Amino acid sequence: MNYTLDFTPVIDGLPSLLSACLGTFFLAICGMLLATVIGIGGVVLRQSPIKALRWLVIGFVEIIRNTPFLVQIFFIYFALPLAGIRLDPTPTAIIALGINGGAYAIEIIRGGVQSISKGQMEAGLALGLHKAQVFRLIILKPALRAIYPSLTSQFVLLTLSTSIASAISAYELTSVSQRIESDSFRSFEVYFTVTVFYLVISWVMMRIFAFFSARYFSYPVK
Amino acid sequence: MGRDEFVFLLIGLKWTVALSVVAFICGCIAGLIVALARTSGITLLERITAGYIAVFQGTPLLMQLFVVYYGLALIGIRMDAWAAVSVGLTLHASAYLGEIWRGSIEAVPKGQTEAAKALALRYFSRMKDVVLPQAIRISLPATIGFLVQLIKGTSLASIVGFTELTRAGNIISNQIFQPITVFGIVGILYFLMCCPLTIYGAHLERKFAASTR
Repeated sequence: MNYTLDFTPVIDGLPSLLSACLGTFFLAICGMLLATVIGIGGVVLRQSPIKALRWLVIGFVEIIRNTPFLVQIFFIYFALPLAGIRLDPTPTAIIALGINGGAYAIEIIRGGVQSISKGQMEAGLALGLHKAQVFRLIILKPALRAIYPSLTSQFVLLTLSTSIASAISAYELTSVSQRIESDSFRSFEVYFTVTVFYLVISWVMMRIFAFFSARYFSYPVK
Repeated sequence: MGRDEFVFLLIGLKWTVALSVVAFICGCIAGLIVALARTSGITLLERITAGYIAVFQGTPLLMQLFVVYYGLALIGIRMDAWAAVSVGLTLHASAYLGEIWRGSIEAVPKGQTEAAKALALRYFSRMKDVVLPQAIRISLPATIGFLVQLIKGTSLASIVGFTELTRAGNIISNQIFQPITVFGIVGILYFLMCCPLTIYGAHLERKFAASTR
């Protein structure tokens, strides 16, 4: 077996690979924002007094968490046009990422909200804090602090699952690398390089999350 | 969608189950080695396994499958898609399970190891008889959670070209042009596999939480 590695097609394709990295970042960030919105909305609905709404949210979470993202993205890709919504692959992928991430976010945020006991709020009011201050300092900040590690690691997973969006040929790193691969047949070289790119992308994501954590969620006194 | 199409999906389902079982069992064996190396106290081994875990947790499973699939062919090992995907998923599982079990091995109180040492137990017996039984108990909910993730992950084998449930669904949907029905059924089949495991995992978690309180 004499196969010589040849990275020339990868080097030639570097500009398009790098801009595809931006596409991956774009997908990931839009997906995260949508997931956060769905997560918060879902938690609000999950605690509504109407039983049917609560079960709807529970059903949604369980269905999403127990089926593969690839099947979900195919389903959404084919279901949206039937509902009269015509979208390009990239917005479709964002919706799918948001729905998938949203289901996990609901569970995570719910845990954070439950971790704040009522006594905390009462203690804050008793100390003479304003209602807005109580919400911001005693409810929101500790709840965010509690969910931040699991929410951000879920978001890193979401970033990695953007690669699955290549199945509906959304614009991101994997689909661009598949194009370069099918042009050059240098499969291993292309995918190896792209794997390194993903490693850097997830590392950058983790650094950004760690920066925010240190900036906003560190305790003032240690 | 007729009977024949449904039977075709069930054949795909069979391969999904086979792939999940093989990857989980091989992944458990390899994952145990990773976890033991990660907690061995030998700096070099710990560094290597930490890097191994970081690489698998920091890259998409799809890319891991691609690299293994084409990488094995490159070093002269001719394998069909089934074997290559099994290897890829096994490596993936070994990294994740290694990290889960590292956590649970470290969660076993240190006194247990010290007591075992004081009783002059060798490393092998210390791990087999004292630390691991407790660690496995702690890790069960997370391990089952990962098994669900692994079953869902086998769907990516379809992109590499292995005909399991998702690819069977793709083929059928291209034949009969009813993607919603087909992927709906495919989704239900995955759900029926994963949901009992999820419920069992949540049940174990509650049970352990109650027993440690």
